[in-house]
Amino acid sequence: MTPRDLQALAGELLDETLELDLEAFCQLCHVEHALVVEMVTEGVIDPAGEAEPEWRFTGIEVRRAQIALRLTRELDVNLPGAALALDLLEEIELLRRRLG
Amino acid sequence: MEFKDYYEILGVPRDASADDIKRAYRKLARKYHPDVSKEADAEAKFKELGEAYEVLKDPEKRKAYDQFGKDWKAGQDFRPPPGWDEGFEFRRPGGPGQRAGGAGPGEFSDFFEELFGGMGRQAGGGDFTFRQRGSMRGEDHHARVMIGLRDAYEGTSRTITMRVPEMSADGRVTSREKTVRVSIPKGVTEGQRIRLAGQGAPGVGGGPPGDLFLEVGFEPHPFFSADGRNVMLELPVTPWEAALGAKVTAPTLGGAVDLRIPAGSQSGRKMRLKGRGLPGKPAGDQIVTLKIETPPAETESAKALYQRMRDELPMNPRRKLGV
Repeated sequence: MTPRDLQALAGELLDETLELDLEAFCQLCHVEHALVVEMVTEGVIDPAGEAEPEWRFTGIEVRRAQIALRLTRELDVNLPGAALALDLLEEIELLRRRLG
Repeated sequence: MEFKDYYEILGVPRDASADDIKRAYRKLARKYHPDVSKEADAEAKFKELGEAYEVLKDPEKRKAYDQFGKDWKAGQDFRPPPGWDEGFEFRRPGGPGQRAGGAGPGEFSDFFEELFGGMGRQAGGGDFTFRQRGSMRGEDHHARVMIGLRDAYEGTSRTITMRVPEMSADGRVTSREKTVRVSIPKGVTEGQRIRLAGQGAPGVGGGPPGDLFLEVGFEPHPFFSADGRNVMLELPVTPWEAALGAKVTAPTLGGAVDLRIPAGSQSGRKMRLKGRGLPGKPAGDQIVTLKIETPPAETESAKALYQRMRDELPMNPRRKLGV
């Protein structure tokens, strides 16, 4: 069977229209509830909604949380450090796009 | 099996101290971390660094590795001599996702797995979590997939080949290639992730498989670029099109469209083609930036025309600069 014969799998696009509650977000990222609260407190992620039961997470939060988790695990940075790195990475990306 | 020179990978001498090794690893890991680096081979390089550090940070593994000496060169065909590991007691890494470099079992090279990957030959020191924890969910895999802007506009599919860990009957962790074809929906933007549930590493002891997360990257396009769903284009126009106004043809991802250039336009003027960017709810726009290109003054008549313009249209474009 050549790669072209394989049936294409349709994945779930984690974009800004995705809406996950806290439990679904914990499951997707394989993290405990307390760590999500810490990530919100430290500014790694910024879900919509005021109180925890109202929190809604999009694909943007999934991406930021996954990168932060990898940075903490693989580069030994703490969550505030990961939040700073994420903000700087996004700023670099924006500047790169402006440069074309 | 190719010999791997872990000292060369980390760029340290063979007598480097543990601190030197850690410092070299940290520096290179920051440079090549796949979430930070823009290097094309960052993922592979990061895993290679993680593998080298996994061995050299552990005194037992390093001592065992060091017996192969400096005569071995990277890439040389290598087979460990029988009984090479006698007298050593290796501790397996803590479990999926906990190795340096984030690589799970089977994601390190055959060289590493041959030397340090065998579960069956461990003496009492072995603590490989597969056995202790029973059922375990497979690790999530992350990969990057590059597509063209036109693919993002129309939707496409890509074939991804990954190495996934597999446990043989004798308990040895090896890796095999796994190929999947993935639909990439139209309107995807750069950096977005696609989750393929259950396509990550297989679970252990009846545990469910992990997920595969694909991050979408855009290949450079000769004249378009993207900012979210907006598509950017620099459109060359002539001085008379800009000065007098004109209807010109502009390319978009959906095909060429007519664009009216207002009279008196200057270079850098931005014009918006609403809804002509990447599809979505709402669709992006195409942002056209005008760039005036002047005809060369190569002939006598062209030079005469420029001289006439100089005389009849006097202007100081540097007025705002105070000169």
